[in-house]
Amino acid sequence: MERLTKEDIHPKIVQALLGIDSNVSIDDALENEMILSMGPQHPATHGVLRLLLRLDGETIVACVPELGYLHRGYEKLAENMTYMEFIPHTDRLDYLAPPANNVAYALAVEKLAGIEAPPRAQYIRMVMCELSRMASHLVAIGSLAMDIGALTVFLWALREREKILDFFDDICGARFTTSYTRIGGVAADIREKTVENITAFLNQFGEKIDEIERLLNSNRIFIDRLEGVGVISGEKAIDLGLTGPSLRASGINYDVRKDVPYLFYNEVDFKVPLYSEGDCLARYFVRADELRESSKIIYQVFEKMPKGDVLLNSPKKVLPRKVEIYTKMEELIHDFMIVNFGINPPEGEIYSAVENPKGELGFYIVSKGEGHPWKLKIRSPSFVNIQSIPKLVEGEMISDVVAIIGSIDPVMGEADK
Amino acid sequence: MEFVEKIKQKLQERFKSVTFTFEEFRGETTIKFNKESVVEVCEYLKTDDELKFNLCEDVTAIDWQRKKNRFTVVYQLFSLFNKTRLRLKCDLGEDTSIDSVTSIWQSSNWAEREAYDMYGITFDGHPDLRRMYMPEEFEYYPLRKDFPLMGIPGSIPLPKK
Repeated sequence: MERLTKEDIHPKIVQALLGIDSNVSIDDALENEMILSMGPQHPATHGVLRLLLRLDGETIVACVPELGYLHRGYEKLAENMTYMEFIPHTDRLDYLAPPANNVAYALAVEKLAGIEAPPRAQYIRMVMCELSRMASHLVAIGSLAMDIGALTVFLWALREREKILDFFDDICGARFTTSYTRIGGVAADIREKTVENITAFLNQFGEKIDEIERLLNSNRIFIDRLEGVGVISGEKAIDLGLTGPSLRASGINYDVRKDVPYLFYNEVDFKVPLYSEGDCLARYFVRADELRESSKIIYQVFEKMPKGDVLLNSPKKVLPRKVEIYTKMEELIHDFMIVNFGINPPEGEIYSAVENPKGELGFYIVSKGEGHPWKLKIRSPSFVNIQSIPKLVEGEMISDVVAIIGSIDPVMGEADK
Repeated sequence: MEFVEKIKQKLQERFKSVTFTFEEFRGETTIKFNKESVVEVCEYLKTDDELKFNLCEDVTAIDWQRKKNRFTVVYQLFSLFNKTRLRLKCDLGEDTSIDSVTSIWQSSNWAEREAYDMYGITFDGHPDLRRMYMPEEFEYYPLRKDFPLMGIPGSIPLPKK
């Protein structure tokens, strides 16, 4: 390991790391402390997250996260393209659950434009959201277990996730870059055969979760590495803005699906798993329980899902179907206008949030009545959740850092935007 | 809607010298007021027993591309107690600075850093106002409307060997 010198780190970061009012430089601090740069190419940081750790022996004194290695400027890009064109970019936010981001964005634009997708489209969106939540949580559990040495779980979890990705492929033609939603509906209907396949998958899914839990829940090493590590109280978690499973592991009952219902989540019956310990183990338990709740939701959606259209018939706001564009003059004109000038929602601003696998994903859109947003702000859960890492790792051992990052489960595509 | 009326009433009673403007759009409430009283108002909204806006979801800014009051700082609040959202807006004048609310909600720490990085707004009293995404040497503010979409060639130095 190469020793870091003053020139390697910007003075302002050094100051943040060593404390605002101390005058020690990196070289002085090294007499009894060490500065360790973890990442951005560290496998356990789930992407390009860089943590600068100030260590006293093996104990962490301070931690400063460094972001921006994956910054692509999506908010700037959004201001320069129509609402429709931004949908593919939402895939690249939380790349472990692309359909959930598509849905979040479509809901935000629909709220701004004052339209609503047909019921069948909304139920399909719920299925996609819950499937992507399962896929994302499987990766979270698998990689958390792998980070602390249990490789088998990773393979078993990813095998299940692979089946979910096959459904994405079947429904929208892509495994990751789904771009599935449209403003006012979804791109394609879900076939009867696919519904059967998903039901068959869910029927065996509970058993697979049991298998994974049998491997982990009675595993002495797994429990010892996670129990009592990275504890955060409920009050502190709210103060730091944590959302999603990490907040619910601290005993705070906040789930956007229940508290500010969107789609038809108020019509389905599901529980919000809650744990009060607030440590890494509780965060793992919340995710494992949410897997079961998600499959419960999908069963209910399939029962309730009505027949009908999956795209709203609103020529000024919603892109018409390709078949109609090729055969009808009116639709051709509308298509031309929407593609070239956009859907021109009224002047105003909205904030729309949904419960993503990582937490609350919100879009704040300011419209000036033009075809492209005047401002689009992405409130990404990973960005806010990473903010809590310095608090969580303080006073812990260096080997616990990987467990804490794994249990928070950040995705850098979303944190860096 | 009852609750919104209550917020209005309470704020106007508590802060007699501050003028609040209320806006409604798509069922969302926005409150506009002058930037000098931002910390007091936020403190009150968080600590009042009936309001309890304890989750600060986001802090961001808008560049209106105009001479007067070019920037507006926006706060998204959520009350876990009442399950209600609220948006606060403060116009900035010439000096593009506003008091920081990190002492009230710690979650606003990085959000304010991001607004500083992207718009060049200084948050007075912020404990650690560094750039969030861009390198520290970067001289521009990318989300300002006068920054070109394609970027400025040569503005980011190549990494040292």
